[in-house]
Amino acid sequence: MLVSTFMGAVTTLQTGANLVSPFVPRFIISNVVREMTILELAPTIMAVIYAGKVGSSMAGGLGTMRITEQIDALEVMGINAASYLVLPKIVASILMYPLLVIVAAVCALMGGYLVGTLTGLLTPTEYVYGIRYAFNPYFITFALIKTFVFAFLISTISSFKGYYTQGGALEVGIASTQAVTSSIIAILLADYFLAYLLI
Amino acid sequence: MIKIKDISKSFSDKQVLAGISGELEKGKTNLIIGSSGTGKSVLLKCIVGLIQPDTGSVFFDLRNFTEADKEMKSDIRREIGMLFQGGALFDSKNVQENVMFPLDILTKMSPAEKIERVNFCLKRVGLEGVNKKMPSEISGGMKKRVGIARAIVNNPNYLFCDEPNSGLDPQTSILIDELIMEITHEFDITTVVVTHDMNSVLGIGEKIMFLYKGNKLWEGSNNDLIHSGVKELDDFVFTNKVMRSLKDKA
Ligand SMILES: Nc1ncnc2c1ncn2[C@@H]1O[C@H](COP(=O)(O)OP(=O)(O)O)[C@@H](O)[C@H]1O
Ligand SMILES: [Mg+2]
Repeated sequence: MLVSTFMGAVTTLQTGANLVSPFVPRFIISNVVREMTILELAPTIMAVIYAGKVGSSMAGGLGTMRITEQIDALEVMGINAASYLVLPKIVASILMYPLLVIVAAVCALMGGYLVGTLTGLLTPTEYVYGIRYAFNPYFITFALIKTFVFAFLISTISSFKGYYTQGGALEVGIASTQAVTSSIIAILLADYFLAYLLI
Repeated sequence: MIKIKDISKSFSDKQVLAGISGELEKGKTNLIIGSSGTGKSVLLKCIVGLIQPDTGSVFFDLRNFTEADKEMKSDIRREIGMLFQGGALFDSKNVQENVMFPLDILTKMSPAEKIERVNFCLKRVGLEGVNKKMPSEISGGMKKRVGIARAIVNNPNYLFCDEPNSGLDPQTSILIDELIMEITHEFDITTVVVTHDMNSVLGIGEKIMFLYKGNKLWEGSNNDLIHSGVKELDDFVFTNKVMRSLKDKA
């Protein structure tokens, strides 16, 4: 939340600093902030944070269960440990992550509002007008598609890394680091391809 | 009774088990012994189906487990209890939930019946009043006891223990060993214990299978152990002075 508020604030200031021409109306600043936040910053930056926090803990948790034989214990009882442990994590991520991104986007827009109006860059009316100007609802859909894809990628990659850990505590640490790096790479690639395919 | 026939297993190009056969008897503690890295755990995992052997089959009282269909496999699994090396308790569940877990997934007992059964098993392994404790809050010996309680909660016909006293002090080790042996006799279970601990071997080895580099070199009871005449077994058994002086006397 803190991160996303500052994200909006900084985007506002920088866009403002770059738009010095008197021919460009001020409300374009908040218009740009909206586009950037919804389309790119909120889903992607949050995905990186989510991978770092949730992805690593998923991989760490499953890795620990693997090396302490908790997964074997489930299998001996005839439980399919992969679906028993991993499926709920993927479902929870796909449900929760979009909500997280919506909250983040709202925070970012409010952060932009606060900084933009406090520094006198633009008036509240201009900011709100810019936010609503030429609004394309498809971008929201697109952003949501992104969040589903990212959530799926982070949770499956992290679970996979954790589930197939071999060795001891050291390897659990490695698995959880790998979960984060692999997830982030996957997010950036997916981000590119989704933009290419859907816009 | 469990019968294993010609079990072998390799990982990539490294052969870990080279055709092991043998019988594990009902109502007895059957030991699989050998030094670290000889494939004891791999053999145990092949028997319970956690690892698919490359060749060979396992029979649980004449039922071929290796080639069983899904239904028979899950029937046999219901009769298996397993104690893992570190206890393998689920960290997110407390003691009571851990012990109850097999009942939750394998039976249709009512909550009251389950609690009663769980308390009976916890009492049997000498643990009372720790139902609500988390695994991280109890000692290594207690974790093993909880692991045993979880392994026997669904009245298994077969009990498997991988290094039940690794990481325990000698006194606690003996208590755990005796507990396993008592439970085996009391409930007439086919128990298989993997160990490299000589105290256990001598204490509870009613039937012993000695593994060396993936081969079964000897089998017999703890009384015959010191007269085996197998050099590798002698090297394994008589590693310390006390043991050697025992042999000289004998
Ligand atoms: N999943 C596995 N993949 C590759 N090698 C394994 C695996 N499990 C065990 N091994 C190897 O098999 C050998 C026997 O292991 P194990 O049965 O655990 O020995 P122990 O007799 O000490 O229980 C070891 O050399 C181990 O490295
Ligand atoms: Mg072992």
